[in-house]
Amino acid sequence: MALVNVKINNIPVQVEEGKTILEAAKLAGIKIPTLCYLKGVNEIGACRVCVCEVKGARSLVAACVYPVNEGMEVFTNTPNVRASRKATVELLLSNHNKACLSCVRNNNCELQTLSSDLGCDATKYEGVKSDASKDESTPYLIRDNSKCVLCRRCSAVCKEYQSVAVIGANGRGFDTHIACAFEKPLAETACVGCGQCIVACPTGALSEMEEIDDVLNAINDPSKRVIVAAAPSVRVGLGEEFGMPIGTNVEGKMVAAMRRLGFDDVFDVNFGADLTIMEEGTEFLNRVKNGGTLPMITSCSPAWIKFCEHNFPDQLDHLSSCKSPQQMFGAVCKTYYAEKLGMDPKDMVVVSIMPCTAKKFEKGRGNQNAAGVPDIDFALTTRELAKLIKRAGIIFDELPDEQFDNPLGIFTGAGLIFGATGGVMEAALRTLYEIVVGKEAPSLDFNEVRGTEGIKEAEYDLAGKKVRVCVASGLANARKIMEDVRAGKSQYDFIEIMSCPGGCVNGGGQPIKSAFVRNNKDIKAERAKSIYAQDAAMKMRKSHENPAVQQLYKEFLGEPNSHKAHEILHTKYVPRQKY
Amino acid sequence: MSKIKLTTVAFKGTAEQETQLRQVLDEIKSSAHPSVMTALQRAQAIYGYLPIEVQSIIADEMGVSLEEVFGVATFYSQFTLNPQGSYAFGVCLGTACYVKGSGDVVAKLEECLGLKDGETSSDGKYSIASTRCVGCCGLAPVMTVNNEVYGKLTVKDIPDIVAKYKAM
Ligand code: SF4
Ligand code: SF4
Ligand code: SF4
Ligand code: FES
Repeated sequence: MALVNVKINNIPVQVEEGKTILEAAKLAGIKIPTLCYLKGVNEIGACRVCVCEVKGARSLVAACVYPVNEGMEVFTNTPNVRASRKATVELLLSNHNKACLSCVRNNNCELQTLSSDLGCDATKYEGVKSDASKDESTPYLIRDNSKCVLCRRCSAVCKEYQSVAVIGANGRGFDTHIACAFEKPLAETACVGCGQCIVACPTGALSEMEEIDDVLNAINDPSKRVIVAAAPSVRVGLGEEFGMPIGTNVEGKMVAAMRRLGFDDVFDVNFGADLTIMEEGTEFLNRVKNGGTLPMITSCSPAWIKFCEHNFPDQLDHLSSCKSPQQMFGAVCKTYYAEKLGMDPKDMVVVSIMPCTAKKFEKGRGNQNAAGVPDIDFALTTRELAKLIKRAGIIFDELPDEQFDNPLGIFTGAGLIFGATGGVMEAALRTLYEIVVGKEAPSLDFNEVRGTEGIKEAEYDLAGKKVRVCVASGLANARKIMEDVRAGKSQYDFIEIMSCPGGCVNGGGQPIKSAFVRNNKDIKAERAKSIYAQDAAMKMRKSHENPAVQQLYKEFLGEPNSHKAHEILHTKYVPRQKY
Repeated sequence: MSKIKLTTVAFKGTAEQETQLRQVLDEIKSSAHPSVMTALQRAQAIYGYLPIEVQSIIADEMGVSLEEVFGVATFYSQFTLNPQGSYAFGVCLGTACYVKGSGDVVAKLEECLGLKDGETSSDGKYSIASTRCVGCCGLAPVMTVNNEVYGKLTVKDIPDIVAKYKAM
């Protein structure tokens, strides 16, 4: 790439040709404010918050989309620029429901930050407000258009990352608003519940449907035994809500906080992940042996499942019948563990903490009630757990590191790496290799399936049998893989699909990072790194080594894919409409 | 709530119309600049309006989402989501008519038909649409029902006119 010389506020910088003023300014140590811009996803130059002066240009230019060229002189902080940005944001605020004090995004809102950074007078313009509706039709998401700034970051990620594209701007002018086709409630569309729109939203217009109060009520009810368990990636996200660097592993403090919140048992969904490997690995081997439908595709990600049901209803046979780790965990609590405790599963409340909003949908699906009651009662996001901790006055960073309870808090490194794209596949391979070949794999690090690329593929030799695997994350990538499967062209035996780009570490329930952070850091890679580091340091790194899982089979389930295991740990899928 | 008016009239598209639409879409797809905008224009020419049944065919054929199609359909005022009623009431809101009280005429009409401006009754019989100047300002305020023209209207005339069409 050719380099060009430009000056930002008289500071000379060399930048690759074709880069934008925004990127050049960053190199010169200048942060130009933005609102609608999300790198690689939403580059529409619409909001005009990022305007700058370019010497020789007749009007102000949008830095986020304006490419630099040789000799360009840019000024990012002139009176003219400041006045323009300030007026733009003040106009946005004039049509905004400024209820910051009770807003879900208070203290983590890009509009708030802009207003304060630019020195705006939030009440300067008072005028008619556009009619703003609220969509609360789904069990996982709330859209409050009174907080929407029409940046379109949500619809861009829904389309570009997920190829779902069920939300967008309807109407025109002052009546423009974000909604679904034919103004349908979100629950009546092919929305998959991934929550990627929520984490892309700069304001409080999009948020998860909270279940915090339900959980507090359960904890306060002396007749209930309340169990909590967190998914693998929660421990590498939660710390960010308390100001820690991206990807900080706070497992021990998380456990301590959960105990102080008053949960009766502090377990780990990683246990459910290890169990998933036993069931899914066995299912795969059986399919290979008995000529079952291949490629087999993982079923851990509920947004992926819903996507498949809406868009590939004719391909559901490819999905593993295994419940997700969350649901397996809940099912084991309410059957095996309830039996062990000698209690009625109706008196048990199982709370999962998830990096995911689709889990709130999944728990209410049919066929997820092994004990005749829902396997999971409440599914909180990582963000909701942080709120619970704050509400309880727990000083998070001063907590000691504590250990999970036994037996369902025991896990291996294989269960842990479920949090990153490729993790389920790697965990499965560690176990499959050993079952098929009869000895441990030469290396437990299956590096070919690691990393944040959207589609990865590899081939492994298991005692002369070649197994071709593929790992995809982001549903736009999943769609490509599925088109081949549908056309009968797929060369793979086993496919892992996660809805969110990079896997659960980057889920729609994880801490929300501003566009500035998203544009300049690979958040998913940093969180994943932390998970792999913990795995590498663990003594037990293969799911079948998990003593609690072994005991569960011995005492209760018999063997993987047994009749009982099928009843408790497997599920069914339903074809759904596209529109 | 959004100002977008959705139809409650059942879709009555015919097989011929669908064949025609698919032909048109094939044509557009093989053109140099296939656009959803053109597809919507041609579809509206076939059906008279753009219901979900038509927009989902456009979405599938043009390889875009239904929401993207709907976004375009609600952005441009040339597109309508509502079929005209068998009796299409049009009230002129041009300057001359407006000054002479056509705004009140619309309000009365809305009351008598139980519909809002821009809507069609769910049985498909009646619709109200305010229009621009129809060019007979001497008769202001003017209302049309299909090809029938009613001039020099007052609010009092409306119930009788409505009753006449209800009896048909
Ligand atoms: S979206 Fe931001 S600016 Fe708006 S009310 Fe919430 S915190 Fe305040
Ligand atoms: S939850 Fe996912 S699928 Fe649904 S609107 Fe948001 S981004 Fe799109
Ligand atoms: S809902 Fe959020 S992301 Fe979507 S347009 Fe509104 S402010 Fe932007
Ligand atoms: S126009 Fe540049 S951030 Fe919106």
